[in-house]
Amino acid sequence: MSHLNKTYPGGKVAVKDFNLEIEKGEFVCFIGTSGSGKTTTMRMINRMLSQTSGTIKLNGEDIGKMDPVKLRRKIGYVIQNIGLMPHMTIRDNITLVPRLLKWPQEKMNERAKKMIKLVELPEDYLDRYPSELSGGQQQRIGVVRALAADQDLVLMDEPFGALDPITRESLQDLVKDLQERLGKTFVFVTHDMDEALKLSTKIVIMDGGEIMQVASPDDVLRHPANEFVENLIGKDRLIQARPSITTVGQVMLKDPIATTPGKSLTDALRLMHDKRVDSLLVTDEAGILKGVIGIEDVDYNFNSATSVSDIMEKDLFYVQSNSLIRDTVERILKRGLKNIPVVDDKHRLVGIVTRATLVDIVYDALWGDEAEDEASNNIHHEEDAAPADAKGGETK
Amino acid sequence: MISFLETYGAQMILKTWQHIYISAFSLALGVIVAVPLGILMTRVKSSVANVIMSIASMLQTIPAMALLALMIPFLGIGAFPAIIALFIYSLLPILRNTYLGMEDVEPALIDAAKGMGMTGWQSIIKVEVPMAAPVIMSGVRLSATYVIAWAALASYIGAGGLGDFIFNGLNLYRTDLILGGSIPVIILALIVDWLLGKLEAVVTPRTTQS
Ligand SMILES: Nc1ncnc2c1ncn2[C@@H]1O[C@H](COP(=O)(O)OP(=O)(O)OP(=O)(O)O)[C@@H](O)[C@H]1O
Ligand SMILES: [Mg+2]
Repeated sequence: MSHLNKTYPGGKVAVKDFNLEIEKGEFVCFIGTSGSGKTTTMRMINRMLSQTSGTIKLNGEDIGKMDPVKLRRKIGYVIQNIGLMPHMTIRDNITLVPRLLKWPQEKMNERAKKMIKLVELPEDYLDRYPSELSGGQQQRIGVVRALAADQDLVLMDEPFGALDPITRESLQDLVKDLQERLGKTFVFVTHDMDEALKLSTKIVIMDGGEIMQVASPDDVLRHPANEFVENLIGKDRLIQARPSITTVGQVMLKDPIATTPGKSLTDALRLMHDKRVDSLLVTDEAGILKGVIGIEDVDYNFNSATSVSDIMEKDLFYVQSNSLIRDTVERILKRGLKNIPVVDDKHRLVGIVTRATLVDIVYDALWGDEAEDEASNNIHHEEDAAPADAKGGETK
Repeated sequence: MISFLETYGAQMILKTWQHIYISAFSLALGVIVAVPLGILMTRVKSSVANVIMSIASMLQTIPAMALLALMIPFLGIGAFPAIIALFIYSLLPILRNTYLGMEDVEPALIDAAKGMGMTGWQSIIKVEVPMAAPVIMSGVRLSATYVIAWAALASYIGAGGLGDFIFNGLNLYRTDLILGGSIPVIILALIVDWLLGKLEAVVTPRTTQS
């Protein structure tokens, strides 16, 4: 699509200089506020509307030069308000396009059965009329009607609007599967950012008829193009999103306080005191992580044991520095761990993730990159002071 | 009663037949012209549609007698000018209902039909007309009732029909002739309305299984 413009009679400019390249097999989501021109753009693709200026090419061919009726039979279309024919059975509704294409009766029957199975409705529904189906069931029929003639390109205008979350998710999986397995191309309009993030290979964010950003879901989350996009994504998602795209290595604290197994407990206690921490990681000479000792172990065993190796806890959780922060977050939260050591692929201790690091992540997600330096500075201070204070109270 | 039928029975069958024949022809013509015209009106600018509707309404306001009389200078007398006059009368209800019925079809359905790749024709034949059929049919029923009633006046320009009895009766002050003409007209109108009612049910598309 290049330099696409649409002005409605009466002067309403619905789409402004819209440029987009869609590859075969892509899943493109249009998302934006109501009235931003999503439907208008989509309907120009199957010539339900004609553009004021600009061209749309399908496989290199200008659709303006194609027979619109033939074009529409080739492109699946799920309409914003379903539009099932009330005077046709579900079977006839599903096989509407195949019938226009004059498929043999047998093939159409087969297809109807296959399609209704696809959306997990019983076969005897084929003989029902749309009014005898629930809204969500009708919506499902609307979706398969757009797939029944093996269309390679499918346009869907808010197809899962009236569905409960479970059905919605199974249909999302269905269309995603069709895209991934059969290489169908989808252009999908939605209001739901989660849906767009889940399904898309490419998200097109629109406002006032203009493209705000075209990017992969990850890029949209990582680098929202402007404030409008950020608002559309929402703060919550930015917070959730950061962990999923950041590795532990990027957020961990480097130079964790560590000792070696051969050190005496006196040395260890002194180190804890100097660094104001309540536990020490234990590594060998090569920096390989061996275990951990806590202040309570030192206190309890001070008279009976002599070296760190006698009392260190060898069985500890750790993470790889290249693993995703999301998993780490979950471990810390679920297990109530105070911190997790981070190792590289040779099991060498390279850093530590603490609860304070989580504060760092949330802070970063909320207030963005420009505040990052300041934020991490603050957190280092807290990190040094807080745990030691807490434990100090206990040991007295 | 019996003696009336003995005297006029054969004549009555003939007149009734003439009556049916005049009415049926006018109505059929009305349907043939008004339904396509009504459909066409949904495809042109609404200003054009309004003009067509105004003309049809204006024709309807000409008094029946005057319209029949007007036929004489152009078409002479007999069944043919009567059929034309009644046909003009039948137009408006059918035209109006066809237009409104078609306009009333849910835009989403027309949109879906187009979006699925139906041609304009296919959309009309497979979607719009079936959806509008009940409304169109009730226009036809209304027209049928009008046409049967007014066909009685057609006798005035020599078209025959049950009107002959009524006019004779009026001229001769013969109540039996007046009743002998008007009662069959009423019965005819009722029967036709009932039949068309059945037809309406048939053309109304099914939207449920049972
Ligand atoms: N037929 C029309 N005539 C005039 N203006 C129109 C017409 N259809 C849409 N518009 C206007 O064009 C703009 C874009 O409409 P469009 O339907 O593409 O929005 P949308 O992004 O699909 O919104 P939604 O999310 O609500 O479906 C809106 O401001 C709308 O009012
Ligand atoms: Mg829309």
